Amino acid sequence: MIYADNAATTKTSAAARQAMVETMEKTWGNPSSLYMHGQLAADALEAARRKVARCINADPREIYFTSGGSEADNQAIVNAALQGKKKGKTHIISTAFEHHAVLHTLERLRREGFEITLLPVGEQGLVKVEDVAAAIRPETALVTVMFANNEIGTIQPIPEIGAVCREKGVWFHTDAVQAAGHLPIDVKAQNIDMLSLSAHKFHGPRGTGVLYVRKGIPLLPLIEGGAQERGKRAGTENLPAIVGMAVALEEACGKIEENAAYVSRLRDALIDGLSKIPHCALNGAREPRLPGNVNFCFEGIEGESLLLLLDEKGIAASSGSACTSGSLDPSHVLLAIGRPHEVAHGSLRLTVCEENTPEEMEYIIKSVEEVVAYLRNMSPVWKELERGERQYVIQ
Amino acid sequence: MLYSEKVMDHFRNPRNVGEIPDADGVGEVGNAKCGDIMKMYLKIDDGVITDVKFETFGCGSAIATSSMATELIKGKRVEEAIQLSNQAVVEALDGLPAYKLHCSVLAEEAVKAAVKDYYDKNGIAYDPDLLCGGDCESCHEHDEQ
Repeated sequence: MIYADNAATTKTSAAARQAMVETMEKTWGNPSSLYMHGQLAADALEAARRKVARCINADPREIYFTSGGSEADNQAIVNAALQGKKKGKTHIISTAFEHHAVLHTLERLRREGFEITLLPVGEQGLVKVEDVAAAIRPETALVTVMFANNEIGTIQPIPEIGAVCREKGVWFHTDAVQAAGHLPIDVKAQNIDMLSLSAHKFHGPRGTGVLYVRKGIPLLPLIEGGAQERGKRAGTENLPAIVGMAVALEEACGKIEENAAYVSRLRDALIDGLSKIPHCALNGAREPRLPGNVNFCFEGIEGESLLLLLDEKGIAASSGSACTSGSLDPSHVLLAIGRPHEVAHGSLRLTVCEENTPEEMEYIIKSVEEVVAYLRNMSPVWKELERGERQYVIQ
Repeated sequence: MLYSEKVMDHFRNPRNVGEIPDADGVGEVGNAKCGDIMKMYLKIDDGVITDVKFETFGCGSAIATSSMATELIKGKRVEEAIQLSNQAVVEALDGLPAYKLHCSVLAEEAVKAAVKDYYDKNGIAYDPDLLCGGDCESCHEHDEQ
């Protein structure tokens, strides 16, 4: 199998797996217990916290372990809303193409009386710093903008947005789930107040993540019931996963430039090769873009059938078509960058990593060409486009 | 698995794909905005469907239901073909996930739209209740949700 869906999840690295097994074998005590075996576990937990903190230039006391990116996003946003409400601040700014962990949380807050501004991201899938600045009001409690988009990979101007928020005294959260381990993160230099990350997007295990909260920002727990994580996140710590995450993040950050250079070459080969298919378009700006992200729309076909046929050829990929999401509308990200529904249904996301090879890229290009041609040949929409009875959306 | 073996078989090896240039009845249903369009071509001799072909823009189950529908009506009399229900298509495919059932509805509607076209072209009277208008916007169900 050629795995090209690393934005969905990644294979756990050998070092992370080994660290997890060792933790389960040797340090399986409860970090809250006072006897030696518990304290060894507590030491392992704190060592993991220091490692994670170092990778993003935070203080270990600013790191809270969570069950993953979604929980971290929920907690960051709900906390900012509750803290803001105490001071009469009931306005939150975000973007139209955030992950649903952010958008659905904001939707819930909207129903509870908060005012939500979702900034446009334009055809390129990039938030404008001046739009953020213009949207901030005295009653703004939070700005939350993703570091890099999970579907189209576009990298947002995080340090600049952070600077604007600092200047205006508004907290700034970023969902860095797709960025952590792939792009350099420095919460101090990049003016980030709160940040979410998820272990399984950088070859760590599933079910664990981090919420970074800058010192000085009060934090309320989402999950009550214990003193873990300094009272901010109850529940006995998933130590093997946390240790595995710390190892994976350290590994990824240690090779971040080398990996980015290699993976960007794979990505560029894919983009160049796939661009030769008639009537297709890259979704999102080519730069600045996550090293491993490729996302195309192919006119006249539907994404789920494309994925199923690629699977037959041994390629694992994803799509933003309605049929693959189980919902009735295609990807909100593709709609946010202005793709009409009929074109958004024909999208393909390929997300590669340092374990992929140039030969695999060639095979993917050849396979996508074949499958797109096959599906177009049985598509009445494509026939109408070819006969001029329907206008091409993508030239 | 998302789909039954039958669905995957009809998706991988769809039967009766293509167009019939001199078709006696052609029906197209669905909407590109919703992500699925089916076009059905019928060749009819003495009220018998002697050939049928389809073209589909859509997901795996849209292709599989189109393919199965063509198999179920090939060689049948038109008045039998319009009795084809979406449920029969689903059963013949050993089931579909609930959120894909609308694909089978489209397949049923595509057959009816093609027969309606044949009736209209040949001035054959029919009970409109037996046939949908042929312009059944599959999006209606989408809009309502």
